[in-house]
Amino acid sequence: MPVIKDVVCSLCGCLCDDITVTVEDNKIMGVKNACILGHSKTVGVQTHDRIKTPMIRKDGELVEVTYEEAIDAAARILANSRRTLSYGWCSTSCEAISKAIQLAEETGSVIDSTANVCHGPSALATQEKGNPGATLGEIKNRSDLIIFWGCNPIHAHPRHMTRYSSFSRGFFTPNGRKDRKMVVIDVRKTDTAKRADKYIEIEQGSDLLLVTALRSAINGHEAAIPKNVAGVSKAEILGLAELMKNSRFVSILFGMGITQSRSKYKNGDAVSSLISDLTQHTKAIMMGMRGHYNVSGFGEVATWETGYPMAIDFSKGYPYYNPGETGANDVLVREEVDAAIVGAADPGAHFPQKAVRHLARIPLIQIDPYPNPTTELADVVIPAAVVGIEVEGTAYRMDAIPIRMKKLIATEFKTDEEILKDLIVKVRELKRGEVTCQSY
Amino acid sequence: MKIKANLISGRTTKQGANLEAKTYKSYFEACSYCELNSVDLDKLGAYEGNSLKVTSEFGEVVVFAKANDGNPKGLAFIPMGPWANTVLNPDTHGCGMPGLKGVPAEIEITDEKPLDMKSLMKKYLEN
Ligand code: SF4
Repeated sequence: MPVIKDVVCSLCGCLCDDITVTVEDNKIMGVKNACILGHSKTVGVQTHDRIKTPMIRKDGELVEVTYEEAIDAAARILANSRRTLSYGWCSTSCEAISKAIQLAEETGSVIDSTANVCHGPSALATQEKGNPGATLGEIKNRSDLIIFWGCNPIHAHPRHMTRYSSFSRGFFTPNGRKDRKMVVIDVRKTDTAKRADKYIEIEQGSDLLLVTALRSAINGHEAAIPKNVAGVSKAEILGLAELMKNSRFVSILFGMGITQSRSKYKNGDAVSSLISDLTQHTKAIMMGMRGHYNVSGFGEVATWETGYPMAIDFSKGYPYYNPGETGANDVLVREEVDAAIVGAADPGAHFPQKAVRHLARIPLIQIDPYPNPTTELADVVIPAAVVGIEVEGTAYRMDAIPIRMKKLIATEFKTDEEILKDLIVKVRELKRGEVTCQSY
Repeated sequence: MKIKANLISGRTTKQGANLEAKTYKSYFEACSYCELNSVDLDKLGAYEGNSLKVTSEFGEVVVFAKANDGNPKGLAFIPMGPWANTVLNPDTHGCGMPGLKGVPAEIEITDEKPLDMKSLMKKYLEN
């Protein structure tokens, strides 16, 4: 049976590139090395429900149509809209992302990525204070203190700890877990916290206070710290500060506990300042634990092409960016957009109810391989091939390292990139009366 | 009997493994529950598998009860997904990110059953 080695898992931001997949008669017969999430995604191309054909909602029901009819209907929605939201594009390739940005520019839309409900605040924080980061390889080879703050990799990034952090063996950490200290700061004792040398339980929403207290301790202002900060005792804070100062390479790896809680991007901003304080004593870095496998890629491509990593508004004819104003949730909650196109993401499942309610009211186009809550609200549905399994392409790992994803099996489905190219041609035709020679 | 709780949402492996299978019962089972400390469940007189109604300023949702003593008392956790998002805070306070963690909620036992994914989404189409 043909065995494909070094396959890249296209599920989470770890982009594990050591998966082995067995293929026979264009079917995936076996998957090795992937975690439960990656395994489910890889075999899921065959076992999960797929969107089989394009569909358009008629009298409340989605009915099957031809691909051309669906593209035509979607392009009409886009051409007739005064303000469209284009959202998602993080479980697809950089090549497709580039086309989604081009379509957004062509239609004067707002385009935002899934970072809007994930690490968007981290992007804001690094713009304010900088991003003292590293590659996952450096963390693996050098880091002797791993701090997981407001994240639960055992559930969200199941192989992170064995491949890159706590348990991995590196050049300067040959004994793996024995050569590293692991600290977890969280609001509840998660499965990750249970494996830590030290678990610090913090009051929900108080991260900024704890970061500030740690900064005071590291900068020698112990007297300024009260007995208890954010539910953590002064002794524990001083102990953690000492541990940080006395380590060779401190990695603060943070998640939604930081970005979705009170103070949002100010938490990440403060962590960046903490890193700067720590570098007076030792080497320290921070990294957001990115969720979708190519959400980093959206940030990269959008920044090259527009100057901004997310929440880009093309309505003025040039890229404009102000996340609280041009973010996907904001434009929906303010009921500002009159149409939406969603690709490789599921706002129906992951946006708060007020935003979803507006999505339900406006014409909604979905491009995805799988039916999900967004499909239930969509007016035009276009099935797509699964990138990283049925199509090759580039994605950026959580440390912004680009990795080429492989194609494992052939498919009849169009790729996101092809669908977007077809939409661009059709929209141009409708808007300018142009029959475009394939000039893209 | 109602208890007041601080509600957060987040990932779980089961939610992640069903990311591309959201029409399946396994996704419903992975996301339509609320985890509380067993002391809080006792206060409500609820057992695992009972239905709980979670109400916030932003909406209400019925989910199954689950015990997790890793949660401190007063902290409720619903896996990220359409059930959690019914009651979370849409306000982004000017930075793009809604309030998906740290929402004050009231929780009580109920005879209603959690809605499956399609029925839940249908409610959005009706309003
Ligand atoms: S950790 Fe992430 S990238 Fe690695 S196998 Fe699991 S889901 Fe895939």
